Amino acid sequence: MIDPNIKQVIEIEGLNSWYGDKQILSNISLSVKRKEVMVIMGHSGSGKSTLLRHMIGLNQAVSGSIKLLGKEITSLNRNELFELRKHIGVAFQNGALFSSMTLQENVELPLYEHTKLDRNTIRIMSRLKLELMNLSDSESLMPAELSGGMLKRAGLARAVIMDPEILFFDEPSAGLDPVTSAELDDLILQLRDALNMTIIVVTHEMESAFKIADRITVIDNGQQIMTGDKETIKNSTDPRIINMLERRAMNDNIDADDYLNKLTRN
Amino acid sequence: MSMHKLDTMSYLESMLIRLGIAGIFLLETGKMILLPPYSLKPLVKQIAFIGARSLLVIVVAGLFVGMVIALQFYDTLVRFGSVSLLGSAVGLSLIRELGPVLTALLVIGRSGSAMCAEIGIMRVDNQIDALECMAIDPYRYLFGPRILAGIICVPILTAVFVLVGIFGGYFVGVILFGVSPGSYFQGMSDTVLNRDLFMGFSKSLVFGLLIVWIACDKGFNLHLDKHGAYGSEGVSRITTEAVVISSIAILFSDYLLSALIL
Repeated sequence: MIDPNIKQVIEIEGLNSWYGDKQILSNISLSVKRKEVMVIMGHSGSGKSTLLRHMIGLNQAVSGSIKLLGKEITSLNRNELFELRKHIGVAFQNGALFSSMTLQENVELPLYEHTKLDRNTIRIMSRLKLELMNLSDSESLMPAELSGGMLKRAGLARAVIMDPEILFFDEPSAGLDPVTSAELDDLILQLRDALNMTIIVVTHEMESAFKIADRITVIDNGQQIMTGDKETIKNSTDPRIINMLERRAMNDNIDADDYLNKLTRN
Repeated sequence: MSMHKLDTMSYLESMLIRLGIAGIFLLETGKMILLPPYSLKPLVKQIAFIGARSLLVIVVAGLFVGMVIALQFYDTLVRFGSVSLLGSAVGLSLIRELGPVLTALLVIGRSGSAMCAEIGIMRVDNQIDALECMAIDPYRYLFGPRILAGIICVPILTAVFVLVGIFGGYFVGVILFGVSPGSYFQGMSDTVLNRDLFMGFSKSLVFGLLIVWIACDKGFNLHLDKHGAYGSEGVSRITTEAVVISSIAILFSDYLLSALIL
């Protein structure tokens, strides 16, 4: 049973994660308040998607504590984890729609699996969500017939079909043009306001992050550089955050002559 | 200890671990098949995929296998003046060996490979993660219906293969070479015992389980295979491996079951 008065819906303490010999996440600690939009920002390969996978129990932590809706997920068994996941929605980067099902069937699947609602009610509910995502004309299409933006919106429709308490969204703007990306950001904000949910977004897009976030956590090389509101992040003096905000490559201050010397020395 | 010995040991260790994972996969799926809630729709879908769609290839293969067996046996039996045994020879070889084994090999090619590739792509494309995040157990939703469908369909397809094969043999033996229809069927009914039927049935049951188990496990655990790429190359690799391993598993278990029952 989930405590409805719980204030921190996610609490992570000292999370460490390894892939073989390589440490992916190092001593991550953060908490997310109810109805907050938390953006986890970082370069590609910084470990932000791995952090998201830990939060939803898809990856096993080596050490540390992860509390999701007040439950310590590192110690839950498979059935308890499934029970907890009924309260969350996850939208994957590529949509992760089932290719053998139409868009509507994809969106309706969780309702058929977890509720005893009749066919008509399920249809009405899925149409509402598809309409919210501006996909009502595409319900009979197969995933292969959808554009990148449509796939993401469809994945989002499926993720929110059960009205979850927390929505996780992995890279909403990746691979999208700026206009579609901005539309998706607006959609995320609409979802927060209309459905009153906590939203955790993983992204490397600065513009998108600052538009939707209440708070931002910046991750670099598996390390948590900073967590704070937008102003705190913008005013940070950490060179890694400054580089990120100014969209500068981490090593672009290398002098061309020095680099050439280094190469010829060997 | 020499490097060679260490390599062999680590290879054996990783093989044992992989076998353990495959065992857990089967146990979890078995548990999900037995526990409620039960859903008929996914099972029917998988029966259509494994059974109905394989029917034509089974009928065609069964016909030609029956015809060629009759041709070969007729040529041999006629030398010993024992043409009346043609029905027995065709019936016994189809029911005990060729029916179950060839049906299983055809189902591997037709459905096992497709199943493995489909599950593998679902793994690569995060569809299996999406299922887990929707609190839908993949063992119950994806694998339970497939394993059940395999156990149901392969024995039925084997029966169809054997029946069509017997009529293929009838066509060559009786219609083309003039063997008496009475002796063809009478010989068969005299020599084919319940034990032979049981052997054919139990083999097809085990083969059905093996085909789907290996195909689904390979696809589902694609990410655990350390040697090789994870994307499309990974899917093609595990599909090939699934076909090879299940074909060998069929032939090996065929020998084991024959030795046990005979």
